[in-house]
Amino acid sequence: MTSETAHMNPARSFQGLILTLQRYWAEQGCVILQPYDMEMGAGTFHPATTLRALGPKPWRAAYVQPSRRPKDGRYGENPNRLQHYYQFQVILKPNPPDIQQLYVKSLEAIGIDTGVHDIRFVEDDWESPTLGAWGLGWECWCDGMEVSQFTYFQQVAGFECSPVAGELTYGLERLAMYLQGVESIYDLNFNGLEGDRKVTYGDVFLQAEQEYSRHNFEYADTEMLFRHFRDAEAACRKYLADGEPKPGANDSRHLMALPAYDQCIKASHMFNLLDARGVISVTERQSYILRVRELAKACGAAWLKTEGGGVAA
Amino acid sequence: MPDLLLELFSEEIPARMQRRAAEDLKKLVTDALVERGFVYEGAKAFATPRRLALHVAGLPVKGQDVREERKGPRVGAPEAAVQGFLKGAGLTSLEQAKIESDPKKGEFYVAVIEKPGRTTQDVLAEIVPQIVKTFPWPKSMRWGAASKDPGSLRWVRPLQSIVCTFGPETEDPEVVHFEVDGIASGDVTHGHRFLSPGAFRVKRFDDYAPALERAKVVLDADRRKDIILHDARDLAFAQGLELVEDEGLLEEVAGLVEWPVVLMGSFDEAFLDIPPEVIRTTIRANQKCFVLRDPKTGKLANRFLLTSNLVAKDGGKTIVGGNERVVRARLSDAKFFWETDQRVKLEDRLDKLKSIVFHEKLGTQHERVERIAALARNLAPIVGADPELAERAARLAKADLVTEMVGEFPELQGLMGRYYATLQGENPSVAAAVEEHYKPLGPSDRVPTDPVSVAVALADKIDTLVGFWAIDEKPTGSKDPYALRRAALGVIRLVLENDIRLHFVQQVMKSRAFAAAEANEGVAADLLSFFADRLKVYLRDQGARHDLIDAVFALPGQDDLLMIVRRVEALGRFLDTEDGANLLAGYRRAANILRIEEKKDGRSYSEAPDLEIVNAQGQIEEKALAVVLHGARQEAAVAVENEDFEGAMRALSRLRQPVDAFFDKVTVNAEDSALRENRLKLLNAFREATRAVADFSRIEG
Repeated sequence: MTSETAHMNPARSFQGLILTLQRYWAEQGCVILQPYDMEMGAGTFHPATTLRALGPKPWRAAYVQPSRRPKDGRYGENPNRLQHYYQFQVILKPNPPDIQQLYVKSLEAIGIDTGVHDIRFVEDDWESPTLGAWGLGWECWCDGMEVSQFTYFQQVAGFECSPVAGELTYGLERLAMYLQGVESIYDLNFNGLEGDRKVTYGDVFLQAEQEYSRHNFEYADTEMLFRHFRDAEAACRKYLADGEPKPGANDSRHLMALPAYDQCIKASHMFNLLDARGVISVTERQSYILRVRELAKACGAAWLKTEGGGVAA
Repeated sequence: MPDLLLELFSEEIPARMQRRAAEDLKKLVTDALVERGFVYEGAKAFATPRRLALHVAGLPVKGQDVREERKGPRVGAPEAAVQGFLKGAGLTSLEQAKIESDPKKGEFYVAVIEKPGRTTQDVLAEIVPQIVKTFPWPKSMRWGAASKDPGSLRWVRPLQSIVCTFGPETEDPEVVHFEVDGIASGDVTHGHRFLSPGAFRVKRFDDYAPALERAKVVLDADRRKDIILHDARDLAFAQGLELVEDEGLLEEVAGLVEWPVVLMGSFDEAFLDIPPEVIRTTIRANQKCFVLRDPKTGKLANRFLLTSNLVAKDGGKTIVGGNERVVRARLSDAKFFWETDQRVKLEDRLDKLKSIVFHEKLGTQHERVERIAALARNLAPIVGADPELAERAARLAKADLVTEMVGEFPELQGLMGRYYATLQGENPSVAAAVEEHYKPLGPSDRVPTDPVSVAVALADKIDTLVGFWAIDEKPTGSKDPYALRRAALGVIRLVLENDIRLHFVQQVMKSRAFAAAEANEGVAADLLSFFADRLKVYLRDQGARHDLIDAVFALPGQDDLLMIVRRVEALGRFLDTEDGANLLAGYRRAANILRIEEKKDGRSYSEAPDLEIVNAQGQIEEKALAVVLHGARQEAAVAVENEDFEGAMRALSRLRQPVDAFFDKVTVNAEDSALRENRLKLLNAFREATRAVADFSRIEG
C-alpha cells in the first residue's frame, strides 16, 4: 500500500473501514445511502430497511447509521460501551443465494484473513418487539467475538416479508477495535493518520459520550419527553389517516407513509430516553413498546399501499 | 443390497437442533420406506453445522410385485355392469379377463391385476421431497427469491443442495432425481467452508464419509465430541491442569464446528478474585469455552480452552489472541459487576424490587418478599429455625435479582446473593438460605437441611403455590409455565427429608398470599388435593402404592405430609402381614353386607350397637367381637394420638380373630329384627374402627 493510501487502510483507520465496506457493497449493487437524519436505536429503524423490507420490490442498500441507545451510556468511562455508535447496515432483498459468501468476502475486504481467523455463524434469532419484526439468523463470530448480526427477515411491522430480505449489521467500533488491536473505543484511530494529524475516536466522541450520558440519565426533561412521545404518536396517526386514499378516488395509494413513519421512529426514541431516565415502570414499559409497535404496524400497512411498497403507479 | 445416501446441505444449523434433526430425518425416511413395504438392514443419521446426512443400508432394488384378482359380473350380465367392471379393473375389453365358474353362481369374469413392485428409486423420489417439505424443525424460515410465493419451502436456514444417491455396492449408484422448490437433487457436495470449500462428487456412503474427512469435515457428532474431549484433556494435562468437564457445553461446541481444533488461551490471574462460578458462567455462556482447574487445589486456573473450526495458517495464534481479548473484556465486565455490586448492601436494594412485577395479579417482587418474610418467620419455629434469621434471610433472598451480575447472568441468582450476603457479614445460615431457598429445583436436586434455608425455601414455594392457585393459574396437562409442580414437589421433599411437621392447610390459610388474593377455603382444599396428587407421584416413584395414599387422604383433616407418609408406610407394612390381609378381607365382607342391607332397608346403621341386646341375646362370637372392638378402638385412637401408627394397626389386628369368628358362626340377618339391626350396627362399628388408620374402602387389590 502506498503512503498516500495507508491512512485508508481499514485495519488502521476507522473511516477507512467504513469506506471499504461502502465500496465493497456498492460493488454488489447496493445503493449507498447516507445516515437517516433522525435519532434511532439501530440501523434497522431506517426506512431503507424497515419499510423497504416490505412488499415485492427488489432492493439493495448499504449505509452507516448512527445508533443511539441512551441506556448504554457510561459517561465515557467504559472502553466498550457507548450511547452513540455506528452500525453499518446492508439490506439485500431478496437475499441472493450466496449472501453468506458475500458477507465472508466483505470481511476479507476489510483485512480479515480467513486463513488465520475463525469465522463462525452462531444461532441468534432476532426480534424487535417495537417493530413487530422477527427473523432467523446468526451472530457472526470472528475469533470468538461477535462482529456482525446476520438476519433473514421473516416479518416486519407484523407483515410477512415476501420475498425475504437478508440483513447484515456490522458493529463498526468493535470490528475496528479488533482490526486496530486497541483495547478502548476511544483509542481507535479515526482518520488513519499518525502524529499531529492523527484523530482518535475519543477526540471526536468522548466529550459527547460524557455530555449525553449526563443528559440521558440525569437531566433529560422527562415531562417534555412524555409530551413528545404523545405528540409523535398522535402525529403518526394523523398523517396515516390524512394519507389514506380518498373514498371514490381512482388512485388507491397511500400518500404519507414515510412522514408517518418518521413519527414512529421519534416515538420509539422518546421511549428509549424515558426508559434510560428510569421513569417508566416495568408494567408501563410493555404498554409503551406495544404503542410503538402499533404505530410501526400501521406504517407498514400504509407503506404497502405506496409505490415503494409495490403498488403500481 | 443397495444403499441410500441422502445429504441435506444448508447454511449453519443451530447446534441445539442438530442431533434431534438427524434422528428425525432417519425416522421419517425409514418409516416412510417401511410403510411402503421396504425393509432395510440398517440406518444411521448424522449432523454437522452445515448438513444432515442419512445412510440407509440394505434396501431392495424394487418393491414386491402385487397380484390381485378381482371378481366381476357373471357371463352375460348387462352391458352397464360389464363396463363398470372393466373400468374398475383397468381393462379395455372382456378378452383381458378370464372366466371362472362356481357351482352356485355359474360362470363369471375375473380380472387379474398385476402391479409390478415400484423401483426403490421411484419411491425415494416420492418420499424424500415430501419429508424435506414437512420437516419438523422447531423453528423454520423462508429465504431468497422463492420466498415471494406463499407456501415456499421452509428450512431451518437456507437449504443449499441435496445429495441423494441409490445403488448397489458393485456398481456406481445413481442419483435419485427429484426437485424441492427449485433445488434439484444430485451427487455434489461441499467440504469445510474455509479449509476445503470446493464442490466434489460423491457416490455412496462408503466414499462420502472419507471424502468429507479429506475435505475437513468430521461427519459424526460423537466423533467430533470425542476429538474435542480428548484434545482438551491432553492440552490440559500438558499444562498440569484438569479440564472442568461440561457435557452440555461439549455437545453444543461439537455442533459449532465441522473440523474441531482445540486451542488454549489464558487470562490475567487477577481475574481469579472473581467467584469461580462467575468465571465459568461468563466464559461458557459468552465464549462457549471450557475452563480448567488445578488438580491439586481444585481451584480454577487462569486458562481456558476454545474449540475453533480452523486449522489456521499461523497455528492458531490469531484465534487465541482474539478469544483472549473477548474473554478479557467479559471478565473485566464481570469484575466490574462483582466490585460495584459489593458497594450496595443487599437490604438497600429492596426498594428496586418494587419496580419488578412478579406477576400482574400477584404484585411486585417487593410485595412477594414481604409475604415470604412473614411466612418464613411463621414457619421458623416449626422447622427449628431462629425466626429472626429466617425473616432476615427471606428479606435478602431476592435482592440479588437487581445486582448487575445477576442482571447479566440470571442463572447465577441465589449464588451471587450468597456471596454478597457473606461479604456483608450476614450470619452464615442467612447467607446459605439466600442461595438455597430456590432448592430443590428438581427430583434429583439437593434438599437444604439448614433450618433457616428450609424455612425460606418452604415459604418461597408455598407463597408461589398459594398465589397462583388463588388467581387460578394452575398447571394443566403438559403446561406448567410457573413450574408449580416442581414447587409442590419441593415442598414435599423439604418436609419429608427434614422430618417436618407442618399443617399445610393451616399454613396456607395463614399466609399473606392467601389473604392478599382474598382466597377462600376452597382454594386451600384444592391446593391440598394437588399436593395429594404430587405426593402420590412422588411416593409412587419411591415404590409406594397409590391406593394406600388415597386411603389415608380420604380421612378428614389429613394435611400433615409427614404423618400422611408415615401412615401410608405403616399401612403398607400392615397389609403385608397375614393379620392385615385378613382384617382387610373381614372389612370388605362387613362393608359388603352393610352396603346391601343399608340399601335394602333404605337407612344406615351408624348408631352404636346396643350392648344390652348383645349381652342378652347375642352369640358368644358377637359378644367377643363387641368387647374386643371396644378395646381395640380405644387403643387405636390412643396410638394415633401418639402418632404410633404401627401401634394403631396392631390394635386393629386384634380384631381379626373375633371378626373371622363372627362371620363364621353368626348369622347377621337374624329373624329377630332387633337382633339383626344390632348386628348390623356392630358391623358398622367394626367398619368405623378401621377408619382410625385409613379409609379401607380405597384400598385396592
